[in-house]
Amino acid sequence: MAKYLIKRIIYLVITLFIIASLTFFLMKFLPGSPFQNEEKLTEDQRVILDEKYGLDKPIPVQYANYMMNVVKGDLGVSFQFDNQPVTKLLKNRMGPSLQLGFQAMFIGTIIGILLGVLAAMFQNTWIDYGSTFLAVLGKSIPSFVFAALLQYVIGVKLGWLPVASWNGFASSIMPTIALAIFPIATAARFMRTELIEVFSSDYITLAKAKGNSRMEVSFKHAIRNGLIPLVTVLGPMAVGLMTGSMVVEKIFAIPGIGEQFVKSIMTNDFPIIMGTTIFFAFLLTVIILIVDILYGIIDPRIRLQGGDKS
Amino acid sequence: MKKILEVSDLHISFHTFAGEVQAIRGVNFDLFEGETLAIVGESGSGKSVTTKSIMRLLPPDNSEIKKGKILFKDTDIAQATEKQMQKIRGKDISMIFQDPMTSLNPTMTIGKQIMEPLLKHQKLSKDKARERALKLLDLVGIPKPEIRIKQYPHQFSGGMRQRVVIAIALACAPKVLIADEPTTALDVTIQAQILDLMKELQKQIETSIIFITHDLGVVANVADRVAVMYGGKIVEIGTVDEIFYNPQHPYTWGLISSMPSLDSGDEELFVIPGTPPDLLHPPKGDAFAPRNPYAMKIDLEEEPPMFQVSDTHFAATWLLHPDAPKVDPPAAVKERKAIYQAKQAASLKGGQ
Repeated sequence: MAKYLIKRIIYLVITLFIIASLTFFLMKFLPGSPFQNEEKLTEDQRVILDEKYGLDKPIPVQYANYMMNVVKGDLGVSFQFDNQPVTKLLKNRMGPSLQLGFQAMFIGTIIGILLGVLAAMFQNTWIDYGSTFLAVLGKSIPSFVFAALLQYVIGVKLGWLPVASWNGFASSIMPTIALAIFPIATAARFMRTELIEVFSSDYITLAKAKGNSRMEVSFKHAIRNGLIPLVTVLGPMAVGLMTGSMVVEKIFAIPGIGEQFVKSIMTNDFPIIMGTTIFFAFLLTVIILIVDILYGIIDPRIRLQGGDKS
Repeated sequence: MKKILEVSDLHISFHTFAGEVQAIRGVNFDLFEGETLAIVGESGSGKSVTTKSIMRLLPPDNSEIKKGKILFKDTDIAQATEKQMQKIRGKDISMIFQDPMTSLNPTMTIGKQIMEPLLKHQKLSKDKARERALKLLDLVGIPKPEIRIKQYPHQFSGGMRQRVVIAIALACAPKVLIADEPTTALDVTIQAQILDLMKELQKQIETSIIFITHDLGVVANVADRVAVMYGGKIVEIGTVDEIFYNPQHPYTWGLISSMPSLDSGDEELFVIPGTPPDLLHPPKGDAFAPRNPYAMKIDLEEEPPMFQVSDTHFAATWLLHPDAPKVDPPAAVKERKAIYQAKQAASLKGGQ
């Protein structure tokens, strides 16, 4: 296992390096620079600024400098936010997005799995149809519609929760629910389809033949086997949620990363773009690693292939 | 001998989009203590449905026991509730499935799977159950049980997995063991090992076995009695010798004729012509009549009752009616009859 982990971490570093390099050059090929759009600047001022930020040097030199700093843990200084270090900006902005993403993921998968299990256990009854209906709603209606609805009903009409602010857990409840709708729907559908297949397998019949009740068969034998394909989609979904849904963050006035990322692209704020991309890539690769480890825990057949051979 | 299980006039139907499929149409048999009853027949004859109904493992949403009784101890299994069945399954009646590659849970250790019925029915402590599971693994011939008990099914070969399935089935020393083609998915050398193992364990645990198969060679090896099923009914039942050496039903003749023997040369293997009956619209008379070269007019009109041949031997064919014409069974069957009579004569002489 340790050997496997070390190997995976080396891969992770290589992946990050490639992603960072690609992003760097792609960004440089884009037209425009951070200070070109500022019409108030004179030619001299622009030259001074370019020099200050090292933008006057040839691109390979800029690349080498940047990568050296990244290795040291320095992601540079933002051009647009008062020369704040990118690491600090990321740290401040990442918190809310990660918290919301994690909460939505946690609630979403648990409720989704339960809904899927119920639907599969009571296939073709009103429970199944109800869960299917909910899942279709959750998948087809965008999260901002739910967000607005929640704000209106719970925030404005009932006044139970703050409408749009960011202080404390209470203000995270509604955005979490709005974000969780999609994972709930996805997990419920995956779980139902897979479990129905699992229920018809021989080992489930054997589990029944041992004298297990329906509940025992479902929870002891079926769910673990039904989880395997779900884990695959959970990884990318988790990243999507944690890196922030721009729209939901905007609606609930949450100081998250999603909004900042888009803004930095519009203004050619190179260090922020690079920093955010590297961070997202890091998150994604780590989550993929976690998913692969989860696979092994859920399915012993994969554990052996991944672990012992390497 | 004491009866342990009594199936009488069992009718089972499946409700499909096309209509009601009458899979089982009046099955009667008894199972005695310590014996092995083989049920043979082609695919779709109702072997598996009959045995699954004994454990009530048929899908509840589209199958229905229309009529009949399955008496086990004092319980009528056909009428039992799910709660009652959960106490019987795995404890009094257990089952070995056809395909060992798919009948074990891939995400659970072998040990856990064997311990499950022990914890459930015998209320053993975890340590005791583990001890017992180790003994069971040893009993079914799995080497190094202490290591094997922690492993997962994918670390076992097909034959070893079937041994594990047998260990699970025998964990609570059931009164009745149903083996649904337990050797079909295994290669021939492993088949023989598994059959030997089952015979030996049967002696040790004193269980009765219902052995479903379509392999007559296996039947000859393991069974005390044989029931031949066709079109959802038992058409002939008797001891192994009676079925193999003195068969009465034309379908049994067909089965025996289609068995290859060591001295069969270049001639083509015999095949029973035609296809099994459509149980969506069961035929009026004898279901085998359209494929039966010995069929008479009455076979198309009226179902034959069970005629008694000996104390243990019954067959449902009009050929046994006193008014029926004498027919000549196929050559293979005649040969067997001759061998049998010679044997009996020899043993009579030897006895004197």
